[in-house]
Amino acid sequence: MKEETINLKKMDVKKFRELDLKKKFRAGESVVQGLLFLTGSLSIITTLAIVYELGKEALLFFNNPDVTLLKFFGTTKWQPGIGQYGIWALVSATLVTSLIAMLISLPLGLASAIYLSEYASLKMRSILKPILEILAGIPTVVYGYFALLFITPILKNFFGEHIQVYNMLSAGLVMGIMILPLISSMSEDALSAVPRSLREGAYAMGATKLETSLQIVLPAALSGIGAAIIIGVSRAVGETMIVAVAAGSGPNFSFNPLDAAETMTGHIARISGGDLSYNSIDYTSLFAIALMLFLVTLVLNLISQWVVNKFREQYE
Amino acid sequence: MSNAQIPYPEGEVFNLALRARYRSATIWQSLFLGALLVAIIALTALIYNVIDGAFGYIAYEYKNDPAEFTSTPINELKKEELLDIFKKNLSSGAYNKLEKEKPMDSRTQSELLELFLERLVRIDTKGTWSMTDSLLNGAEIRAEVTGKYPDAILEFRSWLTPQFLVTPMSSRAEFAGVRTAVLGSLWLVGIAILFALPVGTGAAIYLQEYAQRNWFTKVIQTNINNLAGVPSIVYGMLGLALFVRVLEPLTSGAIFGMTDSNGRTILAAGLTMGILVLPLIIINAQEAIKAVPDSLRQAAFGVGATRWQTVWHHVLPNALPGILTGSILALSRALGETAPLIVVGASTFISVDPNGPFSKFTALPIQIYQWTTRAQSEFHAIAAGAIIVLLALLLTLNASAILLRNRFQRRW
Repeated sequence: MKEETINLKKMDVKKFRELDLKKKFRAGESVVQGLLFLTGSLSIITTLAIVYELGKEALLFFNNPDVTLLKFFGTTKWQPGIGQYGIWALVSATLVTSLIAMLISLPLGLASAIYLSEYASLKMRSILKPILEILAGIPTVVYGYFALLFITPILKNFFGEHIQVYNMLSAGLVMGIMILPLISSMSEDALSAVPRSLREGAYAMGATKLETSLQIVLPAALSGIGAAIIIGVSRAVGETMIVAVAAGSGPNFSFNPLDAAETMTGHIARISGGDLSYNSIDYTSLFAIALMLFLVTLVLNLISQWVVNKFREQYE
Repeated sequence: MSNAQIPYPEGEVFNLALRARYRSATIWQSLFLGALLVAIIALTALIYNVIDGAFGYIAYEYKNDPAEFTSTPINELKKEELLDIFKKNLSSGAYNKLEKEKPMDSRTQSELLELFLERLVRIDTKGTWSMTDSLLNGAEIRAEVTGKYPDAILEFRSWLTPQFLVTPMSSRAEFAGVRTAVLGSLWLVGIAILFALPVGTGAAIYLQEYAQRNWFTKVIQTNINNLAGVPSIVYGMLGLALFVRVLEPLTSGAIFGMTDSNGRTILAAGLTMGILVLPLIIINAQEAIKAVPDSLRQAAFGVGATRWQTVWHHVLPNALPGILTGSILALSRALGETAPLIVVGASTFISVDPNGPFSKFTALPIQIYQWTTRAQSEFHAIAAGAIIVLLALLLTLNASAILLRNRFQRRW
């Protein structure tokens, strides 16, 4: 401090040159910055840990001389305990439930997004939006209860003998309702981001509100909607509790939604819920499934981010 | 869409085409609204379904007549009388076992009464009915019960009672409560937030205030967004491999001198939950920090504050309400998560309160899952009760988040 308050008049030019104007080193600042950097990189560490831990156990599974990639991807029975390693028995159920869920949530979510963003008055929005938010906040295990004890009995009335107590249809339908708010809110954000001038241009040409919404606003928001769909699929593939409760507990290679079948997530939940000895083939096989889930959802999420960034139309 | 070859419609044709366009506009508008109606109907049906399950008729029999044990009517039994009955009618071995679980003297009258009905009178549930069924077909149910079980008692019961909240888990639905599960959930959420709030806020500060705009920051940011989309069950697998197995000495408490537990503890599950909600907390905290205007930082730098002084004294206090709101929302996510807990190894049956981070655990959603998947309808009834408790907790959390946001939100 003293050096800095030297009377300038007495200071000669040489001394002035020596005055240090560089940023002073402060140990405390550096420590704090280091700690913050550490917390920031923890997310990277988490990802690496997931890849490492899942990969390590999955490698153990695939290193088993009995397991071949051909068997893994080429057969349709899954029971690692007795040497059946066909992952399609689980993938089929994941595909069926996710497909049903998307068939429900995509049209409904998109339609409600269009209504909220293009048609609803402010007052209407303030009533409707919270309902979707509540729907989004309900824990998935509650949806599972709803699927098993409300939707399944209704389906049972409808299909009678043909439908099993646990079935993919009920789980898929409820999963669709669960994903609806996600698709709706992401699509609505995309629709609202389309500038007003585009709509006004369409109205000036004599277009109706519907024509404006579907032919002007919707195409302009397509990338955001695409991202919403991809995120929705990723959510459906990873959803566990609804399928664990309502879809059935036993791998079953079937594309009939009225059948009971176990998804990849449901299988992990059921097997790991029991007493499982580490190093058994059952244990390592779960990590192989989890790694597949992680990679599939990772790729979907990356695509969705890429779609948003790449195709975002710049309106200025 | 319009084709150059077709001339522009005029006169009557124009009016017809216009009317058709208006018609389809109206139809589609109602379809769009219909989608929202479906959502509303689904939500209503779900809530109705839960409430419907939590109340209703129950028919039960006493295997042993209570009159064999005492002449006082059941509901008027006093604590001393009940203790007397137990001493007289239970073998000393059975009595000592109960005494060991919890000293008989320290039990409340209602606990003892429950024990009395469970162990001595041996209550036997014959059937349960949903609320709608009970209200609409009451006469038929009464006829059915008197026909099939002449000795049975039929009563309208609310499965969700104050008693339900404070009773521990039981193997019989009639006596089960959510006390253990609620305490377990609170422990889990507490540990998760203790871990995730400081770490998440730190990461957000780093990304918003310190990080250079280079490829590494971009990787971190993309990675956080991706982690937010990873299925929760994958976090469960990570928790199982990392916290339950690799870090077992820590999570089982072995290095603190605990001997009787494995890695499937509250601590392991809580940390798993913490990692799970971390991306949500970071993203929310980043938004909150972003909302603090730059003029504040520049003013602080202008008077010579260091970067950390600026962050600690000016940015953080202004971003705090936003950060807390985000954390509460992350908490409510953690409270409802089930799948990772199953994987990490929630206990299927546990009736003692968790007494620390190294005890075994169960949680509210785990209980709901187990009760829902049981075949007997009385378990579905208590699952419905537990769902109402869970939803009430979530509602409280979210309401407080909204209040916090409205109270402290500042527009710059």
